[in-house]
Amino acid sequence: MTAVEDPAAPVDAPAKEVGQARRRKEDARLITGRTTWTDNMVLPGMLHLAVLRSPVAHGRITHLDVSAAKERGGVVAVYTGRDLAEEQGSLPCAWPVTPDMVNPGHPSIAVDQVNHVGEAVAIVVARSRTAAADALEAIDVDYEPLPVVLDMEQAVQDGSPLVHDSTSSNTSYHFVFDAGEAGTGADTDGAFADAEVTVSRRFVQQRLIPAFMEPRSVVVQPSGDSYTMWSATQIPHILRVMAAMVTGIPEHKLRVIAPDVGGGFGGKLQVNPEEILCLLIARRLGKPVKWTETRSESLMTAHHGRDQVQFIDIAADRDGTVRGLRVRLLADMGAYLRLITPGVPALGAFMFPGIYKFPAYRFECDGVFTNKVPTDAYRGAGRPEATFAIERIMDELAVELDMDPLELRRKNWIGAEEFPFTTVAGLEYDSGDYHQATEQALQLIGYDELRAEQRRRRESGDPVQLGIGFSTFTEMCGLAPSRVLGSLAFGAGGWEQASIRMLPTGKVEVVTGSTPHGQGHETAWSQIVADQLGVPFEDVEVLHGDTAISSRGLDTYGSRSLVVGGTAVVKAAEKVVQKARVIAAHLLEASEDDLEFTGGKFTVRGTPGAGVGIQEVALAIFAAHDYPEGIEPSIDAEATFDPENFSFPHGTHICAMEVDTETGFVKIRKYACVDDVGTIVNPLIVEGQVHGGLAQGIAQALYEEAIYDADGNLTTGSFVDYLVPAASDLPHFDTGNTVHAATSNPLGAKGVGEAGCIASTPAVVNAALDAVRHLGVSDIRMPLTPERVWRAVHQGGDGGDRAAAGSNAQGASAAEAAAASTDPSSNGSHL
Amino acid sequence: MTQINVRVDGASYQDDVEPRTLLVHYLREQLGKVGTVVGCDTSNCGACTVHLDGHAVKSCTVLAVQADGCQVTTIEGVATGEGPTATLHPVQRAFHEMHGLQCGFCTPGMIMASIDLLEENPDPSDEEVREGIEGNLCRCTGYQNIVRAVRQAAAEMSGTAADDPKAEPAAVDTAAAEHVAVQA
Repeated sequence: MTAVEDPAAPVDAPAKEVGQARRRKEDARLITGRTTWTDNMVLPGMLHLAVLRSPVAHGRITHLDVSAAKERGGVVAVYTGRDLAEEQGSLPCAWPVTPDMVNPGHPSIAVDQVNHVGEAVAIVVARSRTAAADALEAIDVDYEPLPVVLDMEQAVQDGSPLVHDSTSSNTSYHFVFDAGEAGTGADTDGAFADAEVTVSRRFVQQRLIPAFMEPRSVVVQPSGDSYTMWSATQIPHILRVMAAMVTGIPEHKLRVIAPDVGGGFGGKLQVNPEEILCLLIARRLGKPVKWTETRSESLMTAHHGRDQVQFIDIAADRDGTVRGLRVRLLADMGAYLRLITPGVPALGAFMFPGIYKFPAYRFECDGVFTNKVPTDAYRGAGRPEATFAIERIMDELAVELDMDPLELRRKNWIGAEEFPFTTVAGLEYDSGDYHQATEQALQLIGYDELRAEQRRRRESGDPVQLGIGFSTFTEMCGLAPSRVLGSLAFGAGGWEQASIRMLPTGKVEVVTGSTPHGQGHETAWSQIVADQLGVPFEDVEVLHGDTAISSRGLDTYGSRSLVVGGTAVVKAAEKVVQKARVIAAHLLEASEDDLEFTGGKFTVRGTPGAGVGIQEVALAIFAAHDYPEGIEPSIDAEATFDPENFSFPHGTHICAMEVDTETGFVKIRKYACVDDVGTIVNPLIVEGQVHGGLAQGIAQALYEEAIYDADGNLTTGSFVDYLVPAASDLPHFDTGNTVHAATSNPLGAKGVGEAGCIASTPAVVNAALDAVRHLGVSDIRMPLTPERVWRAVHQGGDGGDRAAAGSNAQGASAAEAAAASTDPSSNGSHL
Repeated sequence: MTQINVRVDGASYQDDVEPRTLLVHYLREQLGKVGTVVGCDTSNCGACTVHLDGHAVKSCTVLAVQADGCQVTTIEGVATGEGPTATLHPVQRAFHEMHGLQCGFCTPGMIMASIDLLEENPDPSDEEVREGIEGNLCRCTGYQNIVRAVRQAAAEMSGTAADDPKAEPAAVDTAAAEHVAVQA
């Protein structure tokens, strides 16, 4: 592909920065410990907050006495929910997915009732971190327990206890997308009625925890009637707007800064209770305050991800041609609706058809309240859940049809010549070649050899069986066209902003509204600007994450930074060149039309030797002694880019898995993937993003699960129990790329942040099942712990609950599960 | 309060600490050595790893009073020299070179653990690196480039690296991204 190269560029043009594996500018401070994490901040007179958290999942606060805590040494103030009730407002939910969605409101601190373990009940403000924490034990609080609602399938039954008294049921909303009604496909029920084969399954997307490495931290400094908030957030711009609306502090009196931020993965795409509480308390005391969470607090109270029960039916002809897809979801909201809690499953709604040409599709989702911490965005946000369901059910259909799983996929996927392709969900996929990516991935993993080994192990009855699993996926990235977001009732647009400041010495400041927290924007944006303006990579400084510097922005999530934010940088640079051209023409006494701009220099066509560099123009216009009439003396520029479509990265992921049938231990033998993320600005960063995504997607398949016991206690509340994989738990990844440029932006970039995480999970589970399907196993619930795998192999079923789970959404018995997923129209197999 | 004498990154300190104070909190809050960070409260993540008398410890599992009379090296003390002319430790350089970090929060601990690993095993295999750093969690990288970085540093420290260790990073990567398709 030649997406990066400008065919008109002269052969002696300087080497392009875009496409080079530049080492990151960010690294210098990070590898030497000269970092600015929020918790590093110390301000004169700063006070420390500690939060008393509810130990019960559902209860009324009948007694709360903080007087003894107030007497403790070093304690400046203690606040309860009642103290702050009048001013705390409700944490915002920006995505009312249906007009009648029920949102009971979300106090930052509980007033009368607690609805999940870990909810804030009281706050101690003290001179030191330890004094604040010590005083928590002096607070006296009694709860009247209420019935605990944990299992979604029970919560939606008539007569279930309610999480919120103010609501008539535990269902927050019922969201439907029906391709027949939307005019993007045929009638789904009709497709199923006529189908030769249908297969129905119930899949469980367990609850996960984003588990960014840097715990959340907030510092608020009041100054008169203005406030500066430093927060470990992905979204300083959105946080500023939302915090202003929640607290009534005027937006122009609030500055939000995201300094160095240690990972987010969606987990820091939030307006957190503690951010609001810090603001309220700093306002009351007129003193700077800091709150930094412990890891236990983080796992218990920062929002979780996934947690869906998926009922999925697929209809097909005997020859494998797919005819229809029907999806019903129960999506666990947790106790409250946070920033985009209800929208996560709705975002997935459009991705269940995947890369396949379904003529009919219907999606229904119930958002369900339970007494657990709210769910919200976690790397992929809706799309991993959808990809898992479609890639798992395609394997199940292949088994039902006795077809090779890859052959079934080939038969149904969109051909390379069919792009742009409008799917049954109404999305227009931009570009790609699923066949090419698949062939390359098969080569990379050594497919034929692995299949031969699998046969040998089968035939010899080896206790260690080998399986091979596929995931041929796509995702929607570059969130998002503002009008589309509007049509989905999202509370904001999806544009991004950039500005470029040309300094007198020729150095360049790029201000971006995207907010990195590990992605390497400073490096990639410098590469883009170096190409656009023809200035050295080193001469570019990228500024971000401070609303006083970058006043407009919509931050970083949904693989949008490069696709949307990077494009805004390109647009701003084009304006800089346009403005500089006018001045260069004046300085060169030439017509603008006769100027060429290459390698940072304006030259006059046909006049060798005459020329002026854009960095010289910057100095000339700074002096402003000599410039044309009628223009402003500046070549600085800003641009806002609003994409017209999403971008659609795709790829083929293949996992080869060893399953020890005697111990249940699973081990990834090989993992290979070929991703098409469009034009690659920096291959090193792209590879790193894929690796990290793979680690998280594989972790969902094999290791991670947030488990609540029967009383609603999180039993995986530390890194002892919540298994973030270590280096020894993960395999080597063989990664590759195909490049089909995105058509929705001039960079041709599609987005890469979530790809690995979205694609890998079903490949891993499909591989494990491929290893033991001949032993009668047709599903194993994630994560594939040795215990579950052993049970599935030796006792049947899907492996059941883990020992720590007394009762939760994943805790329904196998019998209930089978009953719930039985579809009368199905003649597929249920095991 | 208990008085302790410690030498941290080449400077001597005499301080009064509460006996319960963890070494990591002493480093961060009393000495301002905020390059060392806290990532968990159960000694699982290793983000707080420093060297105590030359050996890697998780500084959240060591009381400050236990460091009395000891030498502590943090991430802020592993490079030699000062300011822009400082020479990075080969492990620091390799993490940069091999893209062994993204958000960078685990990086100080990861580098300190890796330096210790290479002192015990100067030429580890991929598997030995993975086992050797399993006490340090990273959520961003999937570890593959960390493994590459540690092995690169090992080669450099033992003098078997092909490249001049003082060389600037290549503008175009060839080693760390070998599977990445070249865009024509």
